[in-house]
Amino acid sequence: MSDPELVKLSRDGQLSLSLEEMREIKKYFAAQKREPTDVELEAVAQTWSEHCGHKTFKGVFLTNDGEVCNIFKKYIAAATKKINAPWCFSVFEDNAGIVEFEGDWLLSFKAETHNHPSALEPFGGAVTGVGGVIRDILGAWGDPIANTDILCFGPLDFPDSKLPAGTKRPQYIHDGVISGIQAYGNNMGIPTINGAIYFDESYVGNPLVFCGCLGMLRKKHYVRRTKAGDVALLVGGKTGRDGMHGVTFASVELHEKSEETSRSAVQIGDPIEEEKIKRAMVRVREEGLASGTTDLGGGGLSSAVTETAQRTGGIEVHLDNVRLKYPMSEAWEIWISESQERMLLTVPPQNLERVTKIFESEEVEAVPIGIFNSSGKLRIKYKGAMVADLDLSFMFGSSFVQKTDARFTPKTHVEPAFSQPKDLTHALLKILGMPNVMSKRRVIQKYDHEVKGNTAIKPLHRAGPGDAAVLKPLDDSWKGAVLSNGFNPEYGKISAYWMAASAIDEAIRNNAAVGGRRFAILDNFSWGTPNKPENALALLDACRACYDFGVAFNAPFISGKDSLYNESPMGSIAHTLVISALGISPDVRKCVTMDVKREGNALYLVGETKQELGGSHYYKSMGYLGASVPQVDKEKAPAIVSALTSAIDSGAVRSCHDLSEGGLGVALAESCFAGGLGADVVLPKGMRSDFFLFSESNTRFVVETENEEKLKAAFKGLPLLRLGTVGGKRVRVAAEGKTIVDAGIDELRDAWEGVSK
Amino acid sequence: MKALVMRAPGTNCDSEMVRALKTVGFDAPLVHINDVLREKNLSRYDVLVFPGGFSYGDYIRSGAIWGKKFVAVLKDELRDFVAAKKPIVGVCNGMQVLVEAGLIPRTADYPEAAMASNSLGYRCMWTWLRVEKNVCGIAGLYKKGEVLRVPIAHGEGRYTVAPGTEKKALAELEGNEQIVFRYCKPDGSPAGGEYPWNPNGSLSDIAGICNPEGNVLAMMPHPERASFFWQFPDWTLGEKREDGLRLFKGLAGSAGGKSGRSI
Repeated sequence: MSDPELVKLSRDGQLSLSLEEMREIKKYFAAQKREPTDVELEAVAQTWSEHCGHKTFKGVFLTNDGEVCNIFKKYIAAATKKINAPWCFSVFEDNAGIVEFEGDWLLSFKAETHNHPSALEPFGGAVTGVGGVIRDILGAWGDPIANTDILCFGPLDFPDSKLPAGTKRPQYIHDGVISGIQAYGNNMGIPTINGAIYFDESYVGNPLVFCGCLGMLRKKHYVRRTKAGDVALLVGGKTGRDGMHGVTFASVELHEKSEETSRSAVQIGDPIEEEKIKRAMVRVREEGLASGTTDLGGGGLSSAVTETAQRTGGIEVHLDNVRLKYPMSEAWEIWISESQERMLLTVPPQNLERVTKIFESEEVEAVPIGIFNSSGKLRIKYKGAMVADLDLSFMFGSSFVQKTDARFTPKTHVEPAFSQPKDLTHALLKILGMPNVMSKRRVIQKYDHEVKGNTAIKPLHRAGPGDAAVLKPLDDSWKGAVLSNGFNPEYGKISAYWMAASAIDEAIRNNAAVGGRRFAILDNFSWGTPNKPENALALLDACRACYDFGVAFNAPFISGKDSLYNESPMGSIAHTLVISALGISPDVRKCVTMDVKREGNALYLVGETKQELGGSHYYKSMGYLGASVPQVDKEKAPAIVSALTSAIDSGAVRSCHDLSEGGLGVALAESCFAGGLGADVVLPKGMRSDFFLFSESNTRFVVETENEEKLKAAFKGLPLLRLGTVGGKRVRVAAEGKTIVDAGIDELRDAWEGVSK
Repeated sequence: MKALVMRAPGTNCDSEMVRALKTVGFDAPLVHINDVLREKNLSRYDVLVFPGGFSYGDYIRSGAIWGKKFVAVLKDELRDFVAAKKPIVGVCNGMQVLVEAGLIPRTADYPEAAMASNSLGYRCMWTWLRVEKNVCGIAGLYKKGEVLRVPIAHGEGRYTVAPGTEKKALAELEGNEQIVFRYCKPDGSPAGGEYPWNPNGSLSDIAGICNPEGNVLAMMPHPERASFFWQFPDWTLGEKREDGLRLFKGLAGSAGGKSGRSI
């Protein structure tokens, strides 16, 4: 085959492989003196896909300052290695990151993206996103105990006339995705306890759906010792044609015809099937009957079987055993189908009968499809013929190194010049009603956040938005698992480095605000194509910040995910790094919520307020982006967070709310209307009062206290400012002797809830 | 005392139900419905509990498959259990099952009520419940007129009877003192069908009802999610409520042999 023919084969077959990779395949089969089968081509394409191989992260970046190799290892994994936390049980190894919790109990945590499927079929895309990340937890022997979801859409009022051909309306995508998350999480009985919804025009053609799941297991449940001779047991739903080329589709840019060419890449989900699998998996792990497991996600059987076989050194698969939804004659279709609700277990032969019986009693099909060996080969038999005979060393030994051109000079941004508006009450009400800030109650109430009865701190506390959710998952312990998220794509429009730093700071400060500590974090990148040097450089910058601030906060990355190629006819999406933080609370009874508690209590501002309004919602409300993006102080930020933890432990903190979009103004308003009390606050001299009120400087909190001396002692040597007191039913802010904000708490709440006057 | 907590494929509120029952002293085995139907031995239990979830995916109608499956195999055993005045509790999907199985509002061969879709769709939220004058021994530890905080999480919880029969049905329920809980406003005044106080639009704000004998209780709100102070939404204010746990304490009392009584 000539080069153009190789390129054509890759494209027409939806293999998403480069010419260099196609040449490598050609060379291998030339040495074998035969042509590849279609199963073999597909199998290699799955293993070498961006989705499974993370070629960009593990490749080389060309920058103006020379080459940078393997940014995953150099920055993300390096931070974890440098921190070397003794409580990390398994990082980057399994389908999920695992950390210690209480006694021999462990927590496993993972987040996934399901962006492209959700653009084509929002309900199905979200359903399978949630189902997939739950299987990641099951695939590391966890029992799922909570879900989190972060969703990014185009503005809901985006005009139809501006929608590119083939793009669905943001409202349709929004409603479909939320229904999908509701349908899967609720029906499986996993509480959805934390999340965010963000709107930006760059997501019109390519929405983002981040799904996270938290699980629990005991140390002895964690089994990963598949041996030659063990049986590969396929459990769960039947295999069909749904979800063809999902992983390769993930690495193609969306276009006008995506609906026609790639609709089959979206799978169909059934939460009840997965609930039954979960019951059986928990029983198998408790009886210690299996030697390993992994989920069937991207790449279907191909990825799951091949990756497991690599550990024992080989496998012979009998594809005829796979139960099908309807007759399918092509072996490659069965091999790469991404039908949902399927898991692979590896079972020592003597336990096979017992394991099969457990699945049968939960009404789940379980069929042996092969035996692991040490032949060094992936062999697949189907209808009496050998349809694949590949060396694992070839499949996992690709010499291809992706080169990404990141030679780009970042744009410069300018700060807007305008005089302070007369009416800051109006400005505050406007920001409270902006789509990214306003209440998400209508969505939160569609998700069951109470099921399992362990949710101690809820997504909505009284009438206000909680910073982090806390679960109390063990009956005999007060220890809590604290979940939070941080991200701000607006900052990424100015600096990807500071966006990433801010995301880490936000996830951690949200977590600390309720009493969480000992943070483990997940990095979840959704990016435009790295083939554009601008995107590539931003990716590199964000990874550098991940190292710098992961280390600064002593917060190791335990798992992560990247979804590149988020492009649509409207261009690249805003650089979006979601950081999810998992903290622990030694005693949930000491956790703090964001609602003000009592008339007369003092209010303090923790942290330093700088004139950092670039990418802020104050600027956005006036149509500006600006340049002064919020930065994070590597020394002070971790010190402030740990001082807050001490203050909470000492009982000095009655309420605490982190400052994010909308800065002090929004945080103060939210704390007040949530608690049903007003506040009188005076701003310090030295900065224009609108800037002080709406700056989005990082590592800041509004703290309410009954014991000012105790609070001051905890923050000795750190920035702490007395703002005023809780009381009345109005929020009043004064500066330079003048009242600059004066609004009733009902008025503020109505603005936030989007109640029309 | 032995409370049988059953689960069907899709049941998912069983762990918190078992925890609440154990807290008040029950031995609470969790048994798959297939095993219950195979054993055919309900009489060895003191209490039957149908927890919440999405049994069999709630395809057809919520609770319909589980309800029919149960009655098809164990109708006589079930009726014997009711006749023996032993308590049966159904929460959320469990209430839907009891209605579909013809045990609520009274023992019948065909369902006499339906759990229809919420007027505004699925909701997970905390509600206020007023305790009505009732014959339900299980709810015996509550005082009449007391206001409880208990969360709901359902899409089909609107208690409904055949059009045109509402007045008659209500008169019967009230005459028999079968309405145990009504959704209400925080001060205990009637919700009057108004959202969010009545979260699903149910007939006469009904949140929980019992059979005329008072030993079968069906309710949409989740007492097992309101049994420990830290489960409540306002606990950081310092309140130490256990509204839901008192239902289970009452259940333990009524399972001890006491028959239904009026409060």
